[in-house]
Amino acid sequence: MEFVRNFPLISILLSLFAGPVSSVLDKKKAKFLNLAVIIIIGIMSGFVLFYVLGTGQEYVYTMGHFPAPWGNEIRVGILEAAMALFFCVVMLLCVISGVLERDSEIEETKHNLYYIMVNLLLCSLLALIYTNDLFTAYVFVEINTISACGLIMIKQTGRTIEAAMRYMIMSLLGSGLFLLGICFLYSLTGHLLMSNIKAQAAILQASGEYHIPLLTAICLMSVGLAIKSALYPFHTWLPDAYGYSTLSSAAILSSLVSKGYIFLLIKIFYRVIGFEIIKESKVINVLFVFGIAGMIMGSINAIRESDIQRMIAYSSVAQIGYIYVGFGLGNTAGIIASIYHILSHAATKSLLFVASSGITDASGKSRDFFDLTGSGYRNKLAGVAFTVGSLSMVGIPMFSGFISKLLFAQAAVENRHKILITLVALAISTILNAVYFLKTVVRIYTPEKTEVVINKGFQDVYMSEQKAKSFAMICLIALNFFLGLFSEPVVVLIERGLEMFA
Amino acid sequence: MNFGNILVNYEEAVAMILFGIGFSNLLMQKNLIKKIVGMNIMDTSMYLFLALKGYIAGRKAPIVVNGVQSMEAYINPIPSGLVLTGIVVSVSVTALMLSLTIRLYNRYHTLDLDEISTMLKKEGL
Repeated sequence: MEFVRNFPLISILLSLFAGPVSSVLDKKKAKFLNLAVIIIIGIMSGFVLFYVLGTGQEYVYTMGHFPAPWGNEIRVGILEAAMALFFCVVMLLCVISGVLERDSEIEETKHNLYYIMVNLLLCSLLALIYTNDLFTAYVFVEINTISACGLIMIKQTGRTIEAAMRYMIMSLLGSGLFLLGICFLYSLTGHLLMSNIKAQAAILQASGEYHIPLLTAICLMSVGLAIKSALYPFHTWLPDAYGYSTLSSAAILSSLVSKGYIFLLIKIFYRVIGFEIIKESKVINVLFVFGIAGMIMGSINAIRESDIQRMIAYSSVAQIGYIYVGFGLGNTAGIIASIYHILSHAATKSLLFVASSGITDASGKSRDFFDLTGSGYRNKLAGVAFTVGSLSMVGIPMFSGFISKLLFAQAAVENRHKILITLVALAISTILNAVYFLKTVVRIYTPEKTEVVINKGFQDVYMSEQKAKSFAMICLIALNFFLGLFSEPVVVLIERGLEMFA
Repeated sequence: MNFGNILVNYEEAVAMILFGIGFSNLLMQKNLIKKIVGMNIMDTSMYLFLALKGYIAGRKAPIVVNGVQSMEAYINPIPSGLVLTGIVVSVSVTALMLSLTIRLYNRYHTLDLDEISTMLKKEGL
């Protein structure tokens, strides 16, 4: 057995233990440890991806060498390794970008607590990606929730504590439903390992026995994870949680946390139940309807928002809607489009959060829409970054958002019944996106009168003052262009990964 | 629809009713403490359900005594293990929720989440 095969487990354990260790370190060392862990895990994920691409087949890592029905397993394929690598890159850039904000917004003695949360979050995301055991997935879902809650409330204001409370309540409702679904599935199939459940589910489906309990289990798990990933009617906690937390937290939460749950849901569809049974169960139609509603209502809410961070947060609701519409189309192309959108949204939304903090820095920290006038001239890089992010969200060619919209449209064509409504919703949502994003871009490039700038005390921000943030923005812009211009290999990678997945 | 099954499996039915009570309390109560109580009821109902699924009438807990090693003598131990894991998760989440509640109460002197939201809007932060 090659040593590379141990890397997924090592990376989970590394981030898991880096958390408690940070609690006894001071601020600087904890930060260094955190960055080192993320970089090491990223490199290891790269090796794993390379290895899996080389062998061309996935492998199962049995923990403690207990055979299948008894032991706990990790299962690694192309998609998992690629996701782990991507999550590490985005996580690294998000953590780097918020250094200045963290210094001013977090109490001096509590910095190491922040890094505990980031480490644990990374650990739970990796475990959600790799695990082949449903109950392990549940435990790491809870770890993910708790550490995300810590990320929200590390900035101690009334707003963030209230947002953390609301986030916890909605998340607990979701995980309650998810756990109930697992209990149902366990009592139906007698297994907790994903591949064993799938074999039993196929037998149940063929014999027609326990049809309603199986359906109930699928519904409970889908709805539970949909609540946790903020699908439209369950999104009420999202704008506060993303809008008021510190910069790194907002970027990490929007681009990674909800994506972990969505990835788990894809895993449940493909690996636990089997996509054919899911398609027959019609659960995806419900997700489709809510996804369409989210695409439109999220954008409408964003238009009505005058606080720029909350506007971007509401835009997340719309983008999560896109991802669920991809599930709802019920074909492989739809799932590929959803996974691509997970990547493109993670790259774009974190860029937008970082850029928006850059342009608010140049407007005396005010997040009000009208105070942002001309801020694109006062902080040039952030202005460019915001423009790139906006164009990508709207779906202009060359940027990553365009490719995911194209993939969604192509997937819709394959589904005769849903083609019209999907294309119409895509068109409406694109127009609404354009309304609020381009409105902001025009606003930040409208020159402000000099006396107003002097009166309000707005100051120019240069790249040399904010090296970390500028570096993160440049990398995220590059990532965006990469996903937009070289989408072909990425899509092929996802396709191959998905074939292995089933 | 055969209601006879509900009478036969009345324990599972009770577990599901408790789940409903806990879930709706967590969702709809305004008082934060009542929400947390609801969450605990919801989790506990799930443990009841799991324990029921592992129990086989007439068998004993899977601890080997007197050298009896036959599989037929013992109940299914896995659900009990899951219950233990679930309790750990539930305890930590309850602790986190209670600490958040204390923070909010110290700041706003109320346990009503909606009232806290209106106060926050007045603060205009």
